[in-house]
Order: sequence, then C-alpha cells, then structure tokens
Amino acid sequence: MKRLLSRNETLVAITIIGLSLIIGFNNPVFFSVGNLFTLLRTSVVTGILAMGVLIVIISGGIDVSFTAIAVFGLYVAVKMMKGFMPDAPIWVGFAIASLVGLGLGLINAFFIAHYRLPTLIVTLGTLSMFHGFLLFAIGNEIIRDVPPALTQFARSAIVRIPLERGQANLHPAILITVAAIIVTWLLLNFTMLGRGIYALGGSREAAERAGFNVNRIQYFIYGFVGFLSGIAGMTFGALARQANPQDIVGMELNVIAAVVLGGAQLTGGYGTVLGTVLGVILVILANNSLILIGVPTVWQRVVIGLIILVGTGIPAIQARRAGKRSFGLADI
Amino acid sequence: MAEELLRLTGIHKSFAGVRALRGVDLTIEQGRIHCLVGENGCGKSTLIKIIAGVYKRDAGEIILNGKRYDDLTPIDAIREGIQVIYQDFSLFPNLTVAENIALNEELAEGRRLVSWRHVHRVARDALAQLGENIPLDARVEEMSVANKQLIAIAKALRQNARLIIMDEPTSALTGREVRALFGVIRKLQEQQGIAFLFVSHKLNEVLEISETMIVMRNGKIVSSGERAEYDSARLIFEMTGRRIAEKSYDFTPDDGQPPLLQVEGLNAAGLLHEISFELRAGEILGVTGLLGSGRTELALALYGMLPMDSGRIVIDGQEVTIRSVQDAIRHGIGYVPEDRLTEGLFLEQSISRNLVVRIIDRLRNGWQMIQPERVSQQVAHWVDALSIKTPDPELPVKTLSGGNQQRVVLAKWLASKPRLMILNGPTVGVDVGSKEELHEMMKQLAREGMGLLVISDDIPELLQTCNRILLMRQGRISEEIRPKETNENELSAKLVEE
Repeated sequence: MKRLLSRNETLVAITIIGLSLIIGFNNPVFFSVGNLFTLLRTSVVTGILAMGVLIVIISGGIDVSFTAIAVFGLYVAVKMMKGFMPDAPIWVGFAIASLVGLGLGLINAFFIAHYRLPTLIVTLGTLSMFHGFLLFAIGNEIIRDVPPALTQFARSAIVRIPLERGQANLHPAILITVAAIIVTWLLLNFTMLGRGIYALGGSREAAERAGFNVNRIQYFIYGFVGFLSGIAGMTFGALARQANPQDIVGMELNVIAAVVLGGAQLTGGYGTVLGTVLGVILVILANNSLILIGVPTVWQRVVIGLIILVGTGIPAIQARRAGKRSFGLADI
Repeated sequence: MAEELLRLTGIHKSFAGVRALRGVDLTIEQGRIHCLVGENGCGKSTLIKIIAGVYKRDAGEIILNGKRYDDLTPIDAIREGIQVIYQDFSLFPNLTVAENIALNEELAEGRRLVSWRHVHRVARDALAQLGENIPLDARVEEMSVANKQLIAIAKALRQNARLIIMDEPTSALTGREVRALFGVIRKLQEQQGIAFLFVSHKLNEVLEISETMIVMRNGKIVSSGERAEYDSARLIFEMTGRRIAEKSYDFTPDDGQPPLLQVEGLNAAGLLHEISFELRAGEILGVTGLLGSGRTELALALYGMLPMDSGRIVIDGQEVTIRSVQDAIRHGIGYVPEDRLTEGLFLEQSISRNLVVRIIDRLRNGWQMIQPERVSQQVAHWVDALSIKTPDPELPVKTLSGGNQQRVVLAKWLASKPRLMILNGPTVGVDVGSKEELHEMMKQLAREGMGLLVISDDIPELLQTCNRILLMRQGRISEEIRPKETNENELSAKLVEE
C-alpha cells in the first residue's frame, strides 16, 4: 500500500509534468514567470481550503459547508472593518474572519460529535444555513469599496520581476498557503492529535478503545476547518478587493476533487499533505491553463471530471485485481 | 499450585431481565493456559467483558492480584495487566505495524507529540519479545490474519500484560498458523509467565493448548479442572448437557423414478473437468475436497453463478440449461452459500424480512401490495418449524447466534419449496448442539423427498449425514465413497493425499 500510495503521488506528479509540457509546447506563455506567479496566486485559496478538507476526509468525514464559512468570515470581517475600524491593518480582518470561521466550524462539530449525525448531512444543512443567514441577516450586497488595508494588501508583492511590459509580482498571500501546508503537515505527522485523526478514520471503534477522545478530536477537526476557511475567505476577498456574498460558495467540489486526486480516500484513514498539494496544483492547472491551448472553459469541467475518474479509478481497479489474484475463485 | 491472579466469586449479570451470568466462580492462576469453552450464548463474552471492566457486575466479588475491586473499570483492569484481544483485534488498518503496536502506550503516557524513533523502538522490542519478524513500516491492512493477531499480542505485551484473554483467536487461521500461534503462546507462558484465557469452541484446539479447562453452560461454569480429566466426548457433554450420538442416514433408492438431478460431462475452463454424477430425490450427497478442489465451483456452476463450457444437466429426466441464478431457481434449485454473513443474509434487516425475501411475490394481494398478515403468518410458521430462538422476529438477523442465522438461511429457502438444495458448509461456525439439530433437519428434509447436495470438509458431518460422498481433487471427481465402508481417519487421509 505504501508503494501504491507513493505511486499515486508520483502518478499525479507525472500528470502535472505531462500536462505542463503539452500546454507549454503549444503556448510558450505557459512557461513565463508571469504565468507561474499568476498560477500561484490562483492556487492560494484552494490550497488553504484543501488543507482543511484533507483533515476532515482523513478522519472519515466530509465537510461541504466550508465555502459558506469562508464567505461568511470574509463578509463579516470586511463589514466590521468598514463600520468600526476603517483604518485597521489587514491582520485585523484575518483575525475576525478566522474567529468567525472557528465559531461556525464548532457549530458543525457540535452536531457531529454530540448527536453523532452523518457529517455529509450536517454540513449540507449548515452550508445552506450559513449562506442563507449571511444573505438574509448580514448583507447581500457586494462590498466594492473595501477598507484601504485590503487594497494595499492586494497590490503588495514579495518578489517583483520586471518584464518587457510591466512586471510580474509574486503575492505574499502564497505565504499564508505555505504556512497552512506546514502547520497541517506537522499536525498530521508529529502530534498525537494528528495520529488520532488518522486512527479515527481507520476505525472509530478501535480509536475509542485505544483511549482517544473522539469527541474532542472531532471538535478540533471541524473547528480547524472553520478557522482555515475564514482565513481562506479573507484572502480571497483581499485578493479580489471586494466582498461578494455570492463568491466562493460553489467551489466545494473543486477543493474536494483536489484532495481526492491527491490520494485521500473518502472512506477515511488515508491522505497526505504532499498528495493534496499535488492534487491542488493539478486542479488549478486544469482550471486555468487549458485555456492557453484553446480548450474552451466549459470543457475544462469535463477534463477535471475525467482526471478524477481516471486518477481515482485506476488505483481502485488495480487494488481489486490484486485482491482477486490472491484470493482466487475458490474462496468466493 | 500456582499463585492466583484473578478470582471471581458469585458473579451475576442480567441484561434487560435476561440473566446472562448466574453465579460464576472462576479462578485464573498466574502463568497458566486456561481454556473457556461453551456454546454460543452461554455467557462467555459477558464474562470476558466483566473481567475487562467493560460491564459492571450485578453481584459478586472480583479479586485481582489480591486486591478487591468493588467497581472495576477498564483502566483498572489494564493496570492490573489484563489485556483482551477481541476477534476484530481493534487494530487500525491504515496505520503501520509499528504505530499500531506503540499507539496505546503513547496514549497512556499522555504524549502530545509523536517521536517516530520511540514508536519504532517500542514496536521492535515488542516483536523481539515474541520472537517474530514483521515489517514495521508495512500497513496493517497488508498483513495476514495471523500477523494481525501477533501485532495485537505485541500491543498487549507492551502494556505489561499478566493475563491475555483471546476471544475465538483461531476462527480465521489455517492449521499451520494455529500451530504457530500456539507456539507463541507457550513461549510467552514459559519465558514471561503470562497467563492466557483462550475462548474457543474448536474442541481439538482447546484440548491441545489448555492446561486448565473451564466449561460454561447457561451462564454458569458447569465444570472445570485439569486438562487431563477431559476428552472431546466429555467436553461436548458438559457444553450441551446431553449425550450426542448421531445416527447415519439410510437411503433406499426408488428405481422406478428418474434421478432428480443428472450431471454429465460438466466442464468449466480450468476449474471443473468432466464432472458426472446423479442425485435421487431423498438422497443426501456429500461433496468434499480441499480448498480449490472445485467443490465450491461445482455448486456455483449448478446454481448458475459460474458459466460452464460443456456438459448436460438433466432434472427429472428433462435436459435444462442453467445460465443464471434465475434459471436455477426456476428449476427448483436452492443454494445456501458458505459465507452466510455476506451472501446468504441481509444482516441489518429483520429476521422476518430475511425469511420472506424469497417468496415475497406470493404474499401480495390483487393490488400488488404485500399483505402483512400473510407475512407474519409465514414468519411465525418458520420460526416455529425450525425453532429459531429469538425474542422478536423483527430484530435484525445479526442479533442471532451462528446456528440460528443458519436456520434463517435454511428457512428462507425452504419457504420457496425447492426440490434440490445445495448446502455449502452448512454448519461452519455453528456450535455442537445446534449442529446436531441442523443435521437432523437435513435428514428430515431428505426423507420428505428433497435432494440435498452437501459441500463440506467436516468429515464427521459428512459421515453422519450423507448416504454417498463424492471426493473432488483438482476439479475432478476422483472417487465415490460410501460412509458405511469407511471411517473418519481413512476419509481424512484420502482428503489430503495428492
């Protein structure tokens, strides 16, 4: 299985390289620094969200409400900044959004841990609830006139490379994604909490018998997803320089697809940070670069679907074949 | 006399009015191998869970290592060195061997961070104690059942086990793996003085490994003592409370009738070669052979689940083609699969639904609606006819014991009145008393004119129920045997000879 998994990750990496080569040879713009920086900027939000989703999927659950949480956090943060502290620095916005996200995530956790409800049903419900509540009670207008801190953030760069026309900027938001990746990696691999998440996904009953506090782990998981979603939402709004309550919601499946492509199994117990990062890159490539070789946008969805089907189908079929060989017909 | 590790006196336990344990007295001595035997439902599992602190007793006294416990918790039990290895091993399939072994210890130490070096050291030490070599970085799901068991034992050792309780540890092991497991158990006993409580209903294994025998029946310990005082007949008597002596099945063919089933030159690529035999109404025909000899494939071919390349199947003198399960059912063939849990029953569904699933079409009214009163009539009839022991037929099938589950599978088929029943491993996992009743039921069905094809590798079962036995080897019928002209040893020898 370890070989298979590393192969799954290599498979995704090979696909990424292959796809890059095809696109790049047909349209050299792809290999430009400008395009690279743009791709990185595009993957920032998906990357943060994917880390949260990865943890949920490893634990054997699923969360589809995180997009509503993200936009909720963003909208509340921008509205509060505008209303009460228009001159506050950008971190205040991140703090508000992440705390709102944490709170909403804990609402998910409450239903999931206390009433032991199926995670898909809870988060499907809260997806609608959070989004509906946002539109109804907090606001449904797009805030375009954002506080100056956001505008300033959107224009900042950690690397500026002058080009023939204009310059290529690498946005500092990528550091947020990198931080989320590192934190998630450390959490999953070097803390008992992280191992508890894997254990829970492997066998809930065994995890309880071993002495893990499954309730507490679930509170952490859904709280963490909410927290990351708040940050992702704020990042999204800061990069777009607006807070649109209709944004982000609808991205769920893209993010989940990236995580699943990266080798996480929806049945729980499996998934790595490296695989997820690769999955995100592949989805971003398919979403943003196929246009460079003339694939119409509507077809990109078909391509992504195909990649998911093939990418998750092949390992599953291989596993079944291997299983059949070792058992044989006599054991049916 | 070895020192006492655990003493239970007068333990009582009831669940919702059902008395599971009625005054159990039990002593476990340090460093000895104890075996606990008893039929399903006799209270073995309840007793284990009381010892492990999972259930609270209603009355009685527990003394562990000389200390009296009024309220034994699982933590207390673990601290006193009691480790239970349940049938599912409580392992994490997605984690590595090393992590599975070390995880409990890390949790017990209250660690927050993982030191992978520590995890490996713990696992290596534990496996070294066992003297076994298992790749530490492989995932548990890649391991054989035997290795999973060793991993579970290694895990228990790391928690300073003084008594390891194993619940049905050999049910999924091959003969050689059972030998190896017994080797490990004896080694741990000799080198580290660990006591074992081995729960099983496989009498030959129990007789081989145990030093102290403990027999339970109806929530009580009915007999216990030194291994030397017991043999298989005494164990069966103590477990069931009666002497079981089955009579073999006599059959006189009625030559006027054509055979119920005639198979001629049946071939299926690589699996079955030139199979020919006949089965008369009222006959019980045994089919035996090693795993992979083609015995299961033959059943599948007759039941339309394995395509045949050539050959004739004649039922009541009429040639028929069987290409699907539907064809087989139309010609009155029923099949009770080997693995009733996954193939024969809808485990989560109620007993009554399982009973009527095959005949549901016949229980409809003119509006095509199912008539509840006819369903309950049928259910009541079959629960009674096959004495299925349940407080309520609306409970899920999985609440039944193995023997009763097998009765539900049987009843499901009998309700549709097949002419020919193929029974694959009819009493696998069924305890002694139930087994005898199932055999009697099979004989009664045959006497009433049904043809039975019994596939089994349980030699005594074949000798007691069948009037003829076909021995299969490498996809062929190699010999036909008359039970009266052979005995257990001879047939066992024939089964394994190449």
